[in-house]
Amino acid sequence: MSGYWIGLITILSINVIFAYGIFLAVATGQLNLGGAGFQALGAYAAAYLAMEMDQPLAVTIAAGMIVAGIIGFAIAFPILRLKGVYLVLGTFAFAEVVAGLILNSDALGGATGLPVPTFIDWEVPAIAAVIVALGVFWLMATRFGLVVRSVHDDEVVADLMGVNVRMVRVTAFALGAALAGLSGALYAHAFSFVEIQVFNASLSIYVLLYVLLGGAQTAWGPLFGAAFFTLLPEALRDTLPALKEGVFGALGLEGASNPPDESWRFVILGVATVLMMIFRPEGLITRTLIERLRPGNLARAGRPAEAAE
Amino acid sequence: MTQPLLKVDSLSKSFGGLAVISEVSFEVPAGGRLALIGPNGAGKTTMFNLLTGVYRQDVGTVTLDGEVIDAYPSRARIGLGMARSFQNIRLMPHLSVVENVMLGQQSRASGWRDFLAPVTAFGRSPAYREAEDLLASMDIRTRPGDVVATLPYGIRKKIEVVRALAAKPKLLLLDEPAAGLNASETASLRDFLLQIAETGVTLLVVEHDMSLVRSLCTSTVVLNFGRKIYDGPVSRVNEDPQVLEAYLGPRHAGEKEAAHG
Repeated sequence: MSGYWIGLITILSINVIFAYGIFLAVATGQLNLGGAGFQALGAYAAAYLAMEMDQPLAVTIAAGMIVAGIIGFAIAFPILRLKGVYLVLGTFAFAEVVAGLILNSDALGGATGLPVPTFIDWEVPAIAAVIVALGVFWLMATRFGLVVRSVHDDEVVADLMGVNVRMVRVTAFALGAALAGLSGALYAHAFSFVEIQVFNASLSIYVLLYVLLGGAQTAWGPLFGAAFFTLLPEALRDTLPALKEGVFGALGLEGASNPPDESWRFVILGVATVLMMIFRPEGLITRTLIERLRPGNLARAGRPAEAAE
Repeated sequence: MTQPLLKVDSLSKSFGGLAVISEVSFEVPAGGRLALIGPNGAGKTTMFNLLTGVYRQDVGTVTLDGEVIDAYPSRARIGLGMARSFQNIRLMPHLSVVENVMLGQQSRASGWRDFLAPVTAFGRSPAYREAEDLLASMDIRTRPGDVVATLPYGIRKKIEVVRALAAKPKLLLLDEPAAGLNASETASLRDFLLQIAETGVTLLVVEHDMSLVRSLCTSTVVLNFGRKIYDGPVSRVNEDPQVLEAYLGPRHAGEKEAAHG
């Protein structure tokens, strides 16, 4: 396999795990805009243990997950007291605090970052992504998943039905933080280097958008969202220059365009976000869509006479 | 005399300076069917919210099946045997019908095994089958994947009651079950509720539709401005001067009384 595909599969796997981490919080109705903070915790925990303490891969990756999970659990209690936009700001501020602390820590390399000695190829992130995806699908099919979705829909009624709303939210948030930490640990080993500038605000925004645009009602959403927005810019690699020429041409700016660069990712994501908010505000993959695509229902839809019955 | 299933003892609740419930006491006998009625703003829904723990009373006690339940948080009360429906349908919009009913079983789930066993996929789980059977026994037939929002209003009202029943309650609190239903839907709902009552479930119903109250309930408590003004059989409620005054105003009440006399 060429280096291009290896890199693509690696980053896709990491993004899928990361998206599932944020999805677990969003599925309970809590927007988590602190994804980069949790991913950074996992990445730096793994990097530090590998670099400074010579720990084996299994230990560093598990540690990345556990550190992020425990910190997620600890901050969930105060932070989930916030609601709506304040919760979004609270999680965002958390990520900024993490970045600030790491940037000013000599032990963690400060602004220069940390090299990570143990390199992993694409197989490890890919297998981890498959396990995480299956795990989240399973979790959403359990009573815990049922309760998570209920808390998202109506927390007052969920409470009156006997659901411990707080416990469900804290658990989902902490589990999600652990998954974000896992994605960070895998990132550290796959790219052999961590620097805090990578774990910035736009990363938090991206991963939240993967979940919201993919759809937060079912476990299909984040999988689809992460895959779509990771692969789309790659798929458009050839068409992009033409598209760019076309746009500039239409605006009368011929000759002003440079070769395509990373910034076109933002344009695509921005346009996609606007379109999605207009046409599918609940995300691309919704519960009703899944139901409609079930084999039995699909057959029924094909026979209108019976459907009308 | 046997102890009542629900005993409300001089309950009071104020919001700021507004007394919404003032020293209200009443009892619901086990197996009884009691209607809680009164003009708009009389405090009926507030009473339900006090009973289920959504609000905490300022004074008074609530006893369910011999146990004082004031210290229990709202989420623990359904497990004590008291489940409710809501004035405006509050089914979970993104859950299927069966999933909504399975949520009603929540108070009976305990331990991590119950939480981590799949209920909605990989074949029919025991919880899923139980919910399906309960729906079928109440003559509600929907396809498994049906999402609540697509169903007719009357069916959704019934599903909300079935969700409460899934908790296997001793006492069912129904907040205006017939609101928004037409005459035939109301008749169907009455038969449905009588069928539930026959299984031994005690009913406490807030309702405006007096024909439903008469055909469903045996006794009634009337609230007006948070105070109890009547407590007795349904058959006599429209002879009570205070009730007539509360509903019709003092002058018309006098005329009605004269006509009766």
